[in-house]
Amino acid sequence: MKFDSYDTEGFYDEIFDAQGQPRPGANLVVERINALPESELQRRQGAAERTLLNLGITFNVYGNEAQTEKIFPFDIVPRIIQAEEWTDLENGLKQRIRALNNFIDDVYNEQKIIKDGIIPEDLVFSADGYRKACIGLKPPAGIWCHITGTDLVRSGDGKYYVLEDNLRCPSGVSYVMENRLLMKRTFPMVFDACNVLPVTDYPSRLLDMLQGVAPSGVRSPVVAVWTPGVYNSAYFEHSFLAQQMGVRLVEGSDLIVHRGEVMMQTTKGLERVDVIYRRIDDDFMDPKAFRADSMLGVPGMMEAYAKGRVTLANAPGTGVADDKAIYAYVPEIIRYYLGEEPILNNVPTYACWRPDECQYVLENLDKLVVKAVNESGGYGMLVGPHATAAERVEFADRIKAHPRTYIAQPTLALSRVPVMVGDHFEGRHVDLRPYILYGKEEIYVLPGGLTRVALKKGSLVVNSSQGGGSKDTWVIDAEGGASPESPLSQQEVQ
Amino acid sequence: MLSRVANAIYWLNRYIERAENVARFIDANYHMALDIPGSAAEQWQPLINTTGDQELFTELYGQVDQEKAIEFLTFNRDYPNSIRSCVRAARENARSVREYISSEMWEQLNTFYLMLNDAAQQESMDLPHQFFVDIMNASHAFIGITDATMDHGEGWHFGRLGRMLERADKTSRILDVKYYILLPSVDYIGSPYDSILWGALLRSASAFEMYRKRHGRIDPQKIAEFLLLDQDFPRAVHYCLAIADNSLHKLSGSRRGTFINPAEQALGRLLADFDYTSIEEILETGLHEYLDNTQTRINAVGTAIQEKFFNPQPVATATETRTKE
Repeated sequence: MKFDSYDTEGFYDEIFDAQGQPRPGANLVVERINALPESELQRRQGAAERTLLNLGITFNVYGNEAQTEKIFPFDIVPRIIQAEEWTDLENGLKQRIRALNNFIDDVYNEQKIIKDGIIPEDLVFSADGYRKACIGLKPPAGIWCHITGTDLVRSGDGKYYVLEDNLRCPSGVSYVMENRLLMKRTFPMVFDACNVLPVTDYPSRLLDMLQGVAPSGVRSPVVAVWTPGVYNSAYFEHSFLAQQMGVRLVEGSDLIVHRGEVMMQTTKGLERVDVIYRRIDDDFMDPKAFRADSMLGVPGMMEAYAKGRVTLANAPGTGVADDKAIYAYVPEIIRYYLGEEPILNNVPTYACWRPDECQYVLENLDKLVVKAVNESGGYGMLVGPHATAAERVEFADRIKAHPRTYIAQPTLALSRVPVMVGDHFEGRHVDLRPYILYGKEEIYVLPGGLTRVALKKGSLVVNSSQGGGSKDTWVIDAEGGASPESPLSQQEVQ
Repeated sequence: MLSRVANAIYWLNRYIERAENVARFIDANYHMALDIPGSAAEQWQPLINTTGDQELFTELYGQVDQEKAIEFLTFNRDYPNSIRSCVRAARENARSVREYISSEMWEQLNTFYLMLNDAAQQESMDLPHQFFVDIMNASHAFIGITDATMDHGEGWHFGRLGRMLERADKTSRILDVKYYILLPSVDYIGSPYDSILWGALLRSASAFEMYRKRHGRIDPQKIAEFLLLDQDFPRAVHYCLAIADNSLHKLSGSRRGTFINPAEQALGRLLADFDYTSIEEILETGLHEYLDNTQTRINAVGTAIQEKFFNPQPVATATETRTKE
């Protein structure tokens, strides 16, 4: 299986340039794959999939009774990012997350940004993720969004754009690590020769970060990962992260608030927990503070948090800043708090609550992607160019009825990468989700992140719940590493 | 450790052990039936009786025959003690504590589960023997991997405790059912069937070779003694109870021969009975009564463990434990 007949079809391709030549850094991988004996790549792909199944690296599909566990489809051609390009992304992400954290802190405290008229008050308070219970709170070290997974896309102009800021327990980082493991097994020699920046130390960095934000006065903090349970779609990840950090994985039923402290129920009685990396929504955390019908929650959790007896990561209330309406203001937010120009661009966004922009959206539905501001996972979305006339009419009515809840963006010609389709390669659209840890001492960006692929031909939806897959993402240091002719990489062919 | 996690590890080990025992019962029976032409039907009924679930069987299948018996015990999804159900339950438990057990344990168990699922899709079983050997090996591999990759702390002891109680129960059940069916054949000691039938009982507990080494000649009383009271054979009830008692004391932190909770008391008393009884005494009271009573007491130990360690404790008692530390 070779790249000879691969066609970029006029899209920006992450591996090949417009002339069909491998981009700098991708040489080695392209050569190695071209040199593999016929059907060897399919064999390795098959082996990789079998490994995923045996390792039980699966996600749960809601509403699918017969087969509730699926492997997250994985394509073994890596996506490659040059180190230089990466440095820009990294700086842009750090800048953005610092500004968003300031924003959250401000919104729940002084509200300067509102008083200064930068963002309309009602937009903030009507955001789905805004939590009254967080007013006046000061989390340790002033950090609210400890873990972020920002969605980026690259457009036809070759530039990266921020699509979404995921500030509420984004998932997927476990796949980054498992994909890397698979790639090391599949292409050990290429890997060795390419100088790929490592991702394997993520769990220890995560643990350091979490311990660093423990309530003041706790000497050796006890950390736990809080999962909604085995039936949650990201359960594998919760369990993986707890295992890799060597901390307890707890469910709501394991926890109890006793004399103001959050305790775990163990075989030897109660044991205090100091920092909780919670992978459960704000709404379900505490039936006393939020949704009263939550079966997963722990009564009194929010009170313990507010009194500083336990640290929650991410903090409750961060959702106010990844609201799709607030998104439109992020460039302003960066300028306001940091006095800097944004390094990373937003996708141009039309806010339907502004009458003139709404009018434009309604007139150009066939060219735009419309998103409900409170939905994620690719739901509540209209991809104009792919929608039928009837779907567009229906969506127009919804926009007119609830302008506050919609934004629209031009459809971007998302960049593509080659994926294996039967016995040849075809281009498929991708996005990129880097992971950012906001610690007491520093902000860390995991080199690479999760590349999600829309496996359906022509599709722009990369979500795993809707037919997306993933790829390993290689940030390559220096000029593509050792020579392809080195004896090491020759062995790879065998 | 978390009570929930302890519970899951205890049960996942019980389920794996249960699956292994069922596989061994079937395999031994299958071979015996091959050796005694025309006897198949009558050999499978007692096996179904061993499980204690003969009513469900009759309801689902009616008359017992080999094919139905194997289907019921191996693949039936609605029967909670079929091999398939046990392995599925073990895997579900393992999945809920995946971060606590080692990756190697999880991978082995998951592969085991997938192997069984694949087999269940097959139309017919070509090599039943190999299939059941694979199941037993998978269970042994799991125990070995557990011992070699998990730290021998609290979680490991909960696992071993579960496994040993399950095994003690299963050995006592197979002995109970088979002993009285086989007893008449003592009359024709020396006939070839004799050693086939008693051999099958021993094989059901993987005990044939070890028994031969220890006692040589097939002798029903010696066989009962070996399966019940031997202190070194790893499937003998006495051995299992001793190991379980050891793990339980490691978990509570109290000295062996003493007790600080009802679970230790129940198990210690049962073990003491095994320590100081003889096969003559047991046969005098009646083997069936003795075994029946043993099973009831093993169940009681299980219940006491459940209450002591797995059920969330009332906050008051929990706090006391904490201040003592």
